[in-house]
Amino acid sequence: MGLVEAILLTVFTAATPLLIAALGELVTERSGVLNLGVEGMMIMGAISGFAFAIYTGNPYIGALAAIIVGILFSLLFAFLTISLVTNQVATGLALTILGLGLSGLWGEAFVGIPGVKLEPIIVPFLSDIPFIGKLFFQQDIIFYFSIILLFGVSWFLFKTRAGLILRSVGDSHSSAHSLGLSVVKTRYLAVMFGGACSGLAGAHLSLVYTTQWIENMTAGRGWIALALVVFASWRPNRVLIGAYLFGAVGIAQLHIQALGFKIPTQFLSALPYIATILVLVIISQNRRLTMMNTPSSLGKGFVPDR
Amino acid sequence: MQPDFSIRLEKRGSASTLFAYFSPFIALGLMLFFGGILFAIMGHNPLHALYVYFLEPLMDTWSLHELAIKASPLILIATGLCLCFRSGNWNIGAEGQLIMGGIAGAALPVFFPTYTSFSILPLMLIFGILGGMAWAFIPAFLKNRFGTNEILTSLMLVYIAGHFLDWIVRGPFRNPQGFNFPGSISFSEWQVLPEMLSSGRMHYGMLFAIIGVLVVWFLLSKTMKGFEIQVIGQAPRAGRFAGFSPKGTTIFVFLVSGAFAGLAGIAEVSGAIQQLRPSISPGYGFIAIIVAFLGRLNPLGIFAAGIVLALSFLGGEAVQISLNVTDKIANVFQGLLLFFVLACDTLIHHKISFGHSWRFYNKGATHGAR
Amino acid sequence: MKKLLATFLSSVAGLGLGLLATTIVAQAADTKACFVYVGPIGDFGWSYQHDQGRLAVEKELGVETAYQESVPEGADAERAIERFARSGCNIIFTTSFGYMEPTNKVAKKFPDVKFEHATGFKRESENVSTYSGKFYQGRYVQGKIAAMESKTGVAGYIASFPIPEVVRGINSFILGAQSVNPDFKLKVVWVNSWFDPGKEADAANTLVAQGADILTQHTDSTAAMQVAQEKGVKAFGQASDMINFGKDVQLTAIIDDWSPYYIERVKAVMDGTWKQHDVWLGMDKGDVVMAPYTNMKPETAKAAEEIEAKIKSNEFEPFTGPITKQDGTEWLKDGEKADVGTLLGMNFYVKGVDDQLPQ
Repeated sequence: MGLVEAILLTVFTAATPLLIAALGELVTERSGVLNLGVEGMMIMGAISGFAFAIYTGNPYIGALAAIIVGILFSLLFAFLTISLVTNQVATGLALTILGLGLSGLWGEAFVGIPGVKLEPIIVPFLSDIPFIGKLFFQQDIIFYFSIILLFGVSWFLFKTRAGLILRSVGDSHSSAHSLGLSVVKTRYLAVMFGGACSGLAGAHLSLVYTTQWIENMTAGRGWIALALVVFASWRPNRVLIGAYLFGAVGIAQLHIQALGFKIPTQFLSALPYIATILVLVIISQNRRLTMMNTPSSLGKGFVPDR
Repeated sequence: MQPDFSIRLEKRGSASTLFAYFSPFIALGLMLFFGGILFAIMGHNPLHALYVYFLEPLMDTWSLHELAIKASPLILIATGLCLCFRSGNWNIGAEGQLIMGGIAGAALPVFFPTYTSFSILPLMLIFGILGGMAWAFIPAFLKNRFGTNEILTSLMLVYIAGHFLDWIVRGPFRNPQGFNFPGSISFSEWQVLPEMLSSGRMHYGMLFAIIGVLVVWFLLSKTMKGFEIQVIGQAPRAGRFAGFSPKGTTIFVFLVSGAFAGLAGIAEVSGAIQQLRPSISPGYGFIAIIVAFLGRLNPLGIFAAGIVLALSFLGGEAVQISLNVTDKIANVFQGLLLFFVLACDTLIHHKISFGHSWRFYNKGATHGAR
Repeated sequence: MKKLLATFLSSVAGLGLGLLATTIVAQAADTKACFVYVGPIGDFGWSYQHDQGRLAVEKELGVETAYQESVPEGADAERAIERFARSGCNIIFTTSFGYMEPTNKVAKKFPDVKFEHATGFKRESENVSTYSGKFYQGRYVQGKIAAMESKTGVAGYIASFPIPEVVRGINSFILGAQSVNPDFKLKVVWVNSWFDPGKEADAANTLVAQGADILTQHTDSTAAMQVAQEKGVKAFGQASDMINFGKDVQLTAIIDDWSPYYIERVKAVMDGTWKQHDVWLGMDKGDVVMAPYTNMKPETAKAAEEIEAKIKSNEFEPFTGPITKQDGTEWLKDGEKADVGTLLGMNFYVKGVDDQLPQ
């Protein structure tokens, strides 16, 4: 296995959970809801995926359980922010804190136990293609799914009627409402989709990345996913670029070290965040771009008045 | 049949005073109730566990001091944040402002270790305040100049500050005698924020918190600026008609909350830790957001809320030692509490009825992020 | 049972027979040993091993113990230590370098409580001792094994912080390897953390990708071992036996066995013979132990056992000249042994390490 191949493989592993969680959050935000609870939903996905894989011995059931728990957890957020119209920033934060706590309690029994790995699925013939085969066709199911998800989300948002409804709800919930569109239902579904994705992304960490349970094992990846959505200015294909960029930065600093160079790794680690702020400034400055992509009622609660 | 998601909210004419007073207590009660259930599930006597968690830390002087040490940064930061939140500016980057305050203040003892006189400490505090303000200025400026979303920029800046701290304690600020271990020199007596009473470790950070609370309370309830902040937050259009400047307010509230967070940062570094380390805060800047909401964005309420949240940390440690429960339970309590507070908050402003479908509403209207 | 015995003995004492016996039993019942850990006790590394020591104390001496895990270094550490000092602990073990300042601060306030700080060097009052392990002795054995088992001639080292303890381990490892293969290469990756499984796994993958076929680590999680198991490269366990995480690849592990020391010190408190000291525990007294030699050629295992026996009997010391520093200058002449001061403050690499020491 060549060095480039090996580096790319680790980048793929690092980027996959970011990509999935960010795509989920992108859909949520496109509907006008800002869910800062990604980190909490991810860590709940990580523990439930791990736990159910151990209970049943089947990592696929683990991944499924992570998705379900992610949805259930996001429903808590949806109920508060959509039905009770609580503040989205504070509620999302509470979700993250609660997730870190609950996962720690649940996970106490699993500390130090080797987990069940989601083995790679080797696609016949295609996996024999030099270079590309190893990278793209000898991966675990979550990786394949992340790519399908990418195309699925793009197609859904821009090619379907439901996607159009979702975007209009995000752009102006009051006009969407007066057009007879169901703001509440759309947002519930979008938040649940985000929860499912975050849960699965968490499962990737505990079933593929490092097959063990460790407190706080998401280590801020949920927040990176949030940054990614902004970095991508709410476009799915740019999320792909961003996720692999963020993933690559983390891996690159290790490789540069192993090659014997000396660089302040903290600078590299901070770079994606600086880039995100710059992107934010650029898209905010360009009004047309902003109008096109930023859901304008992002973070605002919706109360239909009589 | 469509699933019926509808909980119907009707805005009350005026906020229910009954709920306004009682909602934090209802939330606390609900948290205790669910916490008790949680303990029972884990096989502990819920009453005993809750006693260990919430009352034991209040039982002796020593741990009251520790409570104050934990509460003071939370109160200070949350008080600053309530100005932001009241004016509709979502500064969630207080953690980063705290870190930059800590770094700026620690720069003095690191670079002038021999500068020991009574003037060093006030200078350190001022540097800390300026560090926090500088970091808070960035999202405020970007919001005003380019219209960037301050929630996201202030959050990103937290991570940048964290990496900067990590680099600086391994690089320029590292203790040359520290065997390459990350961390600055330990501060000398003059550079340490002194203890307030002889009975324990509580330092002057608590006094800053009290002063902060009083100043902001006065500002909000007695001054024009405070009125302006609230009008801009609640009714931006009306504020503009009244000639208030939203941009000026944004800068003002960010600078104040940055200053408070920066002061909390240097107080923590100088008073509690007494050196600069790779990590100087267990998430005070984020927890303070809970404190602000739990205190209902009111400085006096925030004071009480800060104590409650500090208690949740100490209690977590107490149950870990007495009952062998992981201290992650503190996070569970904090998360639950905030949920309940937010839900109860809705009850203050709205009447709730169940069962009708949302589809029958005719005209949509929007409340801005409250 | 304990209580019963105490009642029985005190009634004996009441008869004026065994005053001495009562004092001893009373002390066993009264003595409380407390432990502050930096990581979770389930890390299967550093903190786990300290907790094994605590359990051994409980079992061997029948004293009460208490612990607090995952205590962050900083302001919270001081509270954790002081809480123990106040709650009647007679001896408190603070098991991370970062607890150095808080340990000394609290110790001044509680002169009657004994404090034992692991891996530190500050003893500001009479009731503070420091202790550490000569883990580098095990690293030398590992280096020898690595050089005999590696096909690529390159090993990968996942390191935490560039403090003397870690640098010592790296140097000892390469010296051991060079004793077999003078051209052996060592690649080092710093993850700047003691416990960050994700990053440790990434680092392990990185090192394997760059040609290392033996992994060793100075970080506490089992993530690197799991990567080794997946990739089919050999690896060394750290701090505890990690064979469960790498049954086909673990060569051996350096086990920090704190039990003998902890039992000795708690006993000293009970007897009233506790005195301040600074010790550096090695293989000779059984504080540094090698896990069984597995997954290697029989001749490698034999060589490893031989060198282990020599170090154990103090016949051999890894840092014995001739040794050249990385920059080419001579450090130790032929046969010269390193002095403890240089070892304790080690901040340079010896020749052969393929890395620049972060300064």
